[in-house]
Amino acid sequence: MNKIVVVDYGMGNVRSVAQALRAVAPEAQVLISGEIADIRSADRLVLPGQGAMPDCMGCLNASGLKEAVLEAARNKPMFGVCVGEQMLFDVSAEGDTPCLGLMPGKVVRFDLSGRFQEDGSRFKVPQMGWNRVSQSREHALWADIPDQAYFYFVHSYYVQAAQSAHVVGTTDYGQVFASAVARDNIFATQFHPEKSAGAGLQLYKNFVHWKP
Amino acid sequence: MTLAKRIIPCLDVNAGRVVKGVNFLELRDAGDPVEIARRYDQQGADEITFLDITASSDDRDLILPMIEAVASQVFIPLTVGGGVRAVADVRRLLNAGADKVGINTSAVTNPQLVADAAHKYGSQCIVVAIDAKAVAPGKWEVYTHGGRNATGLDAVDWAQKMAKFGAGEILLTSMDKDGTRSGFDLGLTRAVSDAIEIPVIASGGVGGLQDLADGIKLGGADAVLAASIFHFGQHTVQEAKQFMAAQHIPMRLA
Repeated sequence: MNKIVVVDYGMGNVRSVAQALRAVAPEAQVLISGEIADIRSADRLVLPGQGAMPDCMGCLNASGLKEAVLEAARNKPMFGVCVGEQMLFDVSAEGDTPCLGLMPGKVVRFDLSGRFQEDGSRFKVPQMGWNRVSQSREHALWADIPDQAYFYFVHSYYVQAAQSAHVVGTTDYGQVFASAVARDNIFATQFHPEKSAGAGLQLYKNFVHWKP
Repeated sequence: MTLAKRIIPCLDVNAGRVVKGVNFLELRDAGDPVEIARRYDQQGADEITFLDITASSDDRDLILPMIEAVASQVFIPLTVGGGVRAVADVRRLLNAGADKVGINTSAVTNPQLVADAAHKYGSQCIVVAIDAKAVAPGKWEVYTHGGRNATGLDAVDWAQKMAKFGAGEILLTSMDKDGTRSGFDLGLTRAVSDAIEIPVIASGGVGGLQDLADGIKLGGADAVLAASIFHFGQHTVQEAKQFMAAQHIPMRLA
């Protein structure tokens, strides 16, 4: 059986992630867990995250799950969401927090203060709402999702990947930034697939069946 | 720029059921919350807001299983407001499946609640709802308790203060316009939108599709909230989006 573990280290809306996975993979065992044993026995892993990076990394460290997640990241299909995407990189400017270092690069804040959008309205931070994702690189997880599809974003920080090969999707908000990244068995998005209606559910469905 | 403007249908909830009334009178059961939410999702709603109008605190708890049921089947952002008084209330709603929690009266009586909740759960899930009434040209006052109590607070100043306290978004309702179906208070919407760097949801007064478009184009809102034009079948969300897209407003068309 396909055992999918949503890593629960005490931060973020893990339930909505699990519910979306259950909706697209009724045959799989979807478990919300903060147990090392579950992460070790999982077939695939979802790493969510919400809130401030220092708190997220702090909780991951304190829960003792960091090593288990790093171990799983070596070979298991893994999906990072929002702060769970940002955590994959080296360091975040949010509280100068060291992160997991699974992909080279850093996390920086939108600097859009005083800038205006094409329609004359201010750029707001956080970026909150539906924005388009350009599929800048082919990837198995983009199957059956139209290029330029809308996904739901809520964030003030974004990743700057050091290697452009890791960027598989981009979004334009004041500047073009990496909104989906991937490397070997890892895929991660700044947006929330679990809140992105049909396109988001399709992405999770593709992840559930992904054989990297 | 491709961030879409949002359309948010708002549903009133009483004792865990969606109700509809005309000017707060004749509350009638409007049907199953999951079915209604799913219908709006299928029509392309960008989010759904539930406003808990329940008077008694016993009945208030009934909203939790309702949110759980909706969140297990509808995969767009859900906001729940009404009767939020403590960080524990925020936690319970988020745990039930809400993505954002609206705080109105309690933000005025206890602004620290907004700061505490934003610090604990992140600004992205804290929506401060402001009910405002015109008191002079270009001046609006904040009211609480469903519009019954004047606070002496200036709406623009208050929105700025709440943004500083960590609110992630402002839900701005014009009491003068609410229920009139004569369009948003565009002066109020513009004044608040220009004053803060967090998103503003315009609310109160929508009677037709041009009102929605005006809220974005003239009011500078990031999102528009409406109830009756969708509930009573006057328009679908999809129609509204196509109408607005035709006026070059960026919309997510499903």
